[in-house]
Amino acid sequence: MPRLSQESRQGLTLLSPTLAYALVMLAAPLAMVVMFSFWTQDYLDLDKTFTLANYREAWTQPIFQVLMWRSLKISLIVTTTTVILAFPIAYYLSFHVRSRKALWLFLITVPFWTSYLLRVFLWKVILGYNGVLNSALMNLGIIDEPLTFILYNANAVVLTLAHAWAPFAILPIFIALEKIDRSLLEAAEDLGDGPLRRFWRITLPLAMPGVVAATLIVLIPTVGDYITPKLVGGTDGLMVANMIQIQFGKANNAPLGAALAVSSMIVVATISIGIYFAGKKFGGKVK
Amino acid sequence: MADAAPIIEIKDVTKSFGSVTALKGVNANIREGEFFSLLGPSGCGKTTLLRLIAGFEQVTGGTIVIGGKPMKDIPANQRPTNMVFQSYAIFPHLNVAENVGYGLVRKKMGKAAMTKEVDEALAMVDLGGYGERKAHELSGGQRQRVALARALVMRPKVILLDEPLSALDKKLRDQMQHELRSLQKSLGITFILVTHDQEEALIMSDRIAVIFDGTIAQLATPEELYRRPATRKVASFIGVMNFLDASATGGGDTPYQLTIPALGKVNIDAAQAPAGLSAADITVVGVRPEMFTILDEDTGSFEHEVQGTVTSTDYYGDMTYYTVALPGASDPVTISMRNTAGRAVARDGAKVTVGWGADSIVLLE
Repeated sequence: MPRLSQESRQGLTLLSPTLAYALVMLAAPLAMVVMFSFWTQDYLDLDKTFTLANYREAWTQPIFQVLMWRSLKISLIVTTTTVILAFPIAYYLSFHVRSRKALWLFLITVPFWTSYLLRVFLWKVILGYNGVLNSALMNLGIIDEPLTFILYNANAVVLTLAHAWAPFAILPIFIALEKIDRSLLEAAEDLGDGPLRRFWRITLPLAMPGVVAATLIVLIPTVGDYITPKLVGGTDGLMVANMIQIQFGKANNAPLGAALAVSSMIVVATISIGIYFAGKKFGGKVK
Repeated sequence: MADAAPIIEIKDVTKSFGSVTALKGVNANIREGEFFSLLGPSGCGKTTLLRLIAGFEQVTGGTIVIGGKPMKDIPANQRPTNMVFQSYAIFPHLNVAENVGYGLVRKKMGKAAMTKEVDEALAMVDLGGYGERKAHELSGGQRQRVALARALVMRPKVILLDEPLSALDKKLRDQMQHELRSLQKSLGITFILVTHDQEEALIMSDRIAVIFDGTIAQLATPEELYRRPATRKVASFIGVMNFLDASATGGGDTPYQLTIPALGKVNIDAAQAPAGLSAADITVVGVRPEMFTILDEDTGSFEHEVQGTVTSTDYYGDMTYYTVALPGASDPVTISMRNTAGRAVARDGAKVTVGWGADSIVLLE
């Protein structure tokens, strides 16, 4: 079938720049990380005999376990907070903003105009020992000395990340809500549902693809975030990505760092698949 | 039928959306058990009226009473009405049985009873055994039936249908028109249908309210509406109508004495005119195409006859539509003839004799 092969040739030609880019920039580094994880660091050289020792260390050393658990815990809290806060905003945008929807969406993206690092530093200014929040509370006489539990710990990491990722959660939920045929809501009301019941039976199940997308979009990158914990997390706010960075850098143990990276990739992938299927089960087969 | 109590009373209902007035003072009583249609061109306010009855919109002025109870401040989920939506609004994440049983869940009737009700409703619309199907596996006609079953199963006092057949192809539409009609007759539930299709309204309804620009132009049975349209606008909206210039004297208790340049002079009984029509207001009269007869040996002679020339013919198989120029008329008239056995189809340019009767003249406001 010459015609078909010509078509597929055309397709491949069209695809090839992207494909080459993806292979060189994504697949190749990933493959290298996986390869590294089975090798051993021998001072300045790499011992390329196959070994599972790195994985054994990554999964049994208490420090790595603690960091992995903390990363998961923080990013799950961040994700839950972000999605729960994003839903009402997306809902309001979709159902109650009649004109100027585009303007609202535009305003939601305004925080992206400044660098992420600047935004993290701003949180330091707000939450710091002599920061905006503490001085305001002290001036109002609500507290006598500055609060210390708001910066350089896990709480600060959650707060900063939840703020940074909010637009990424709002947009997919907003799109899912926009796609809901409004006559379905009228039909539910017509068949006896009050607003709450209707929300639970129609709006939420049909918005589920957006909620799942928002959850994954926030969860996956936040597990691996290392800038935020480093800047506002203090010592008990450090996460697994900081340890991976240390292994590749100061500790000069790239194979162990690679094994940690692959391990957290597997953990996150497993959780993501679980969330995807849970969402699908609740939302039914939405077409 | 005529004495049946009104199930819905619509009193001086007005509705505005911002500066746009959709309904201006609508009055109508809809009787229990009747098939009532709201007919009009798009944008006339017929769907708005239906949505006001359903409770999706609130009236700006006036009242709607359903089953003796004023509906002010009563939300849609507490009204004894159920709607079949134009888009059918089948819940995409639920299967057919879950869709039909959607409203029953709230009635807490037990699972077995609910399954029975759902099965009965599905059987009623010829969808027995389709309970497990997903919404996206259904054809347009099947979706329509599911939407109907979902409303029927609630046993409402009134079922509201918002252009339910407009998305179906012609054959399926004809079939559904008859099915809907016979279902309504056998169940005795009041149906209110919104449609822009005058033929559909004539076929299905007990009574029709013709709505133009937010007011009811005429409320009548299909036959009255067709035979005695009250205004020129209604007359041209329902079926085909020839409009002929005319002038008149008389009226009141005496017959109207009409002078129609195209046809001649004729006296029309006052009972044939809309109430309160003054002779001075008559400038035009209507005649339906089938009320004219092109004479041949089989038709015999008529009370009134006039000579004309065929200028064009449109052959439809069972019918032929002729355009005939009459000497006194400013525009040619349309005449339809049934192509019965032995009847020759007149050719263009043929001289013909056209017969008509005084009772076929429609006086218009």
